[in-house]
Amino acid sequence: MTAVAPQTRRAEDAVAQLVADYEAFAANGAAGAPPWVQELRAGAIRQFAEAGFPSTKDEEWRFTSVEPITRTRFAVASATVSAAVRRAVEEVAIGESGERLVAVYVNGRFVSELSSLALPTGVTIGSLAAAAEGDVARQHLGRLADPSANPFTALNTAFVLDGAFVHVGRNVAVDRAIQLVFVSLAGSEPTVSHPRNLYLFDDGAQASIIEQFVGIGDGPYWTNAVTETVLGENAVVDAYRVQREHDNAFHTATSQSRQGRSSVYTSVTFAFGSRLTRYDLNATLDGEGAECTINGLSVLRDEQHVDFHTTLEHAKPHCPSWEVFNGVYDDRSRGVFSGRIIVRPGAQRTDSKQTNNNLLLSEDARADSQPQLEIYADDVKCTHGATLGPIDPKAMFYLRSRGLDEEAARNLLTFGFGAEILNSVSVEELRTQLDGIVHARLDESARKRSS
Amino acid sequence: MTSIETHVKKPYEYGWETDIESDRVPAGLSEDTIRLISAKKGEPEWLLEWRLKAYRHWLTMTEPHWPNVTYGPVDYQAIHYYSAPKQQQAPKSLDEVDPKLLATFEKLGIPLSEQKKLTGVAVDAVFDSVSVATTFKGTLREAGVIFLPFSEAVREHPDLVRQYLGSVVPPTDNFFAALNSAVFTDGSFVFVPKGVRCPMELSTYFRINAAATGQFERTLIVAEEGAYVSYLEGCSAPMRDEHQLHAAVVELVAFDNAQIKYSTVQNWYPGDEEGKGGIYNFVTKRGACRGKNSKISWTQVETGSAITWKYPSCILQGDNSIGEFYSVALTNNRQQADTGTKMIHLGKNTRSTIVSKGISAGKSQNTYRGLVKIMKGAENARNYSQCDSMLIGDQCGAHTFPYIDVRNSTAIMEHEASTSKIGEDQIFYCQARGLSAEDAVSMIVNGFCKEVFRELPMEFAVEAQNLLAINLEGSVG
Repeated sequence: MTAVAPQTRRAEDAVAQLVADYEAFAANGAAGAPPWVQELRAGAIRQFAEAGFPSTKDEEWRFTSVEPITRTRFAVASATVSAAVRRAVEEVAIGESGERLVAVYVNGRFVSELSSLALPTGVTIGSLAAAAEGDVARQHLGRLADPSANPFTALNTAFVLDGAFVHVGRNVAVDRAIQLVFVSLAGSEPTVSHPRNLYLFDDGAQASIIEQFVGIGDGPYWTNAVTETVLGENAVVDAYRVQREHDNAFHTATSQSRQGRSSVYTSVTFAFGSRLTRYDLNATLDGEGAECTINGLSVLRDEQHVDFHTTLEHAKPHCPSWEVFNGVYDDRSRGVFSGRIIVRPGAQRTDSKQTNNNLLLSEDARADSQPQLEIYADDVKCTHGATLGPIDPKAMFYLRSRGLDEEAARNLLTFGFGAEILNSVSVEELRTQLDGIVHARLDESARKRSS
Repeated sequence: MTSIETHVKKPYEYGWETDIESDRVPAGLSEDTIRLISAKKGEPEWLLEWRLKAYRHWLTMTEPHWPNVTYGPVDYQAIHYYSAPKQQQAPKSLDEVDPKLLATFEKLGIPLSEQKKLTGVAVDAVFDSVSVATTFKGTLREAGVIFLPFSEAVREHPDLVRQYLGSVVPPTDNFFAALNSAVFTDGSFVFVPKGVRCPMELSTYFRINAAATGQFERTLIVAEEGAYVSYLEGCSAPMRDEHQLHAAVVELVAFDNAQIKYSTVQNWYPGDEEGKGGIYNFVTKRGACRGKNSKISWTQVETGSAITWKYPSCILQGDNSIGEFYSVALTNNRQQADTGTKMIHLGKNTRSTIVSKGISAGKSQNTYRGLVKIMKGAENARNYSQCDSMLIGDQCGAHTFPYIDVRNSTAIMEHEASTSKIGEDQIFYCQARGLSAEDAVSMIVNGFCKEVFRELPMEFAVEAQNLLAINLEGSVG
């Protein structure tokens, strides 16, 4: 027991430190936020102070230790614009300049000079801080992401300041992808940012939205994001999330969506960066006939750790859902997947399929999979499957017999594993970008292997 | 399907009570209770010490509440920890056994008398806290197989018992294992020596009779190199309004090339339709494949108990060892079950198979919870898991919580699970062919469970099929 004590104290210290940081932040006028936002923050910090950081003894955190985060003292980051930031934005932005819908957030704060927003009618894209002055944001902010469910959500809510705000009006179809670029700048000391995003799609709205997380600099930093997405009746939304934080970064995030009747939501998540990632993706099908797809891919190396926790909640009848998460793990990396499907009483005719496939490329890589079904209605069809293993030697043999060398065969099979998820990306330029990232990763692995 | 809704539910078939005078220790748990149990059994000093150590550790533990079940608090001081039918002295042969006891087991379908005993199956009959009779002792002795009630084994083979007791499930393992280690009363001890293939099926039948008692049995099966044994376990209890606790521990040890097949048909009293009464079945079962090429296979049919909470597990230590788990768990009315298995792969080329079938009806909750853990050294380990759930009625729940933890990249593991409603079109098809809806459901359910029933020894397979049909009656609709 004595060995554990110092760590426990550290986590408690970290909590106390964050509460003190909050008090300084609140006393500072908290950037002049409206009173309802201040109330929201005050409630959340109380919940965080009570809950503290999770430990691996908590069922939801069994495979992921947040100790590296609690051990580090993070200062609240401020936004600065440099040439490096411009370059980073230019690298990920897609579409012809002048026609782009790109909003840029540096350390969680909207920077209009880097953004290029040729907004069509009925579409608002920009800063949450600005939107918080209006009624629409007030109606929705903090209504979906529950601070009591996850201490990191509570922490984000306590420090809610800015982030992305997107609102697509009734029956508006946006013809270009909406891009939200979150740039984290590592400074001389570790910093933390808490981007808070709110995406609202009114009845009949149609849009594609891309969240990109990128990091600049070598030092450690921590991004703790929360996204709430609301889909009205018949809304059709594709949401992509590409996490390419710096290798020294920590990334914790929660995304919570709620769908209205007959809406269609497709979420595709990619994790390539950061040394420790925990992403909670919660989707609620709250209207009859709503459809939901959540897919994800992580390609990891070195000592990276990615923990995907998904919850698909079928609250209303007649909803189908699909979920595929694939992971490719090299070196000493580790992937965790926990996928929960909940069918609430009365959610009859639910049809839900979940798959989790894991490919271990190295002897030291490790994967944990925890698919879960919780079903309280009888007229349902729910399946889940999980596989785990190395590259299939038979498939290797087949390719070798067709004249491919070992490396090429290996890369082809590994890429094919990722392509299952990449194929669900329907924004062409993003697909090209992602293919490039995956290929680069595999080439890098191959080089390491041969040297 | 409304016509079947009116079908009268058959009551629990084994719910009657035997009127027999019993010798029981006062309710409550203390070191004195344990000393008393130990003295009644005439146990050696080391075993008493072992029990007391477990008890002292138990006092420091808290009752776990992580499973997906809800129940009122258990009052450990209200339980009688020992109850035995009164007999003048230990019977030397069956003729001396109280005829009431023989009649009890005969009524349960387990005839013990010489003329009627089941051919090919040796039975150890346990009534509350003691074993009343064991058949075929002689035949088994000739083959070199030791099959004895636990207390007798402690007297006759103390060294063997001492060597293996607690070696798979240590007394400190968990709350209920610690409690069992402190107060366990009877159970069976099986020892199959090197190279012996046990000539017949071994079987223990557990009967709870006395009110307000708990049954804490302990079973230990050891198969030496190249040995083979198939063991069956059955159980039942009278219908009572209060809950009764059953916390057993089962340990299996298999050495090189040995094979143990352990089958259970669990039919404790499940409580009435409103969830009143019934057995709390909190059991720790674990097998260790210590030797190369050894194999342990668990087959269970769980139809009884108000609450079932058990995970028969395999520790695959020896290279090329095999672990299997086949389970059918049926819950009806207000029953709750949280059951599954743990497969821990340590040795090279170890293989495990998990097939679990859950059927929930009425207002019951049925949970599969399992762990497949492949450790760093388990090269080429292989696991296949399949968990299917069937829902009958719209107020029940079916849940699946598999945990998969792989630390070796050469391991291959696959897990599949599905949950669905019983097929209306299948029922319709059967009805169109002239079967009643009830028969159709029974047939579909049996088909759903076929992969598991196939693993059961012949007599048990028939019993299990009938049991499912009985327990489902009245729930279709």
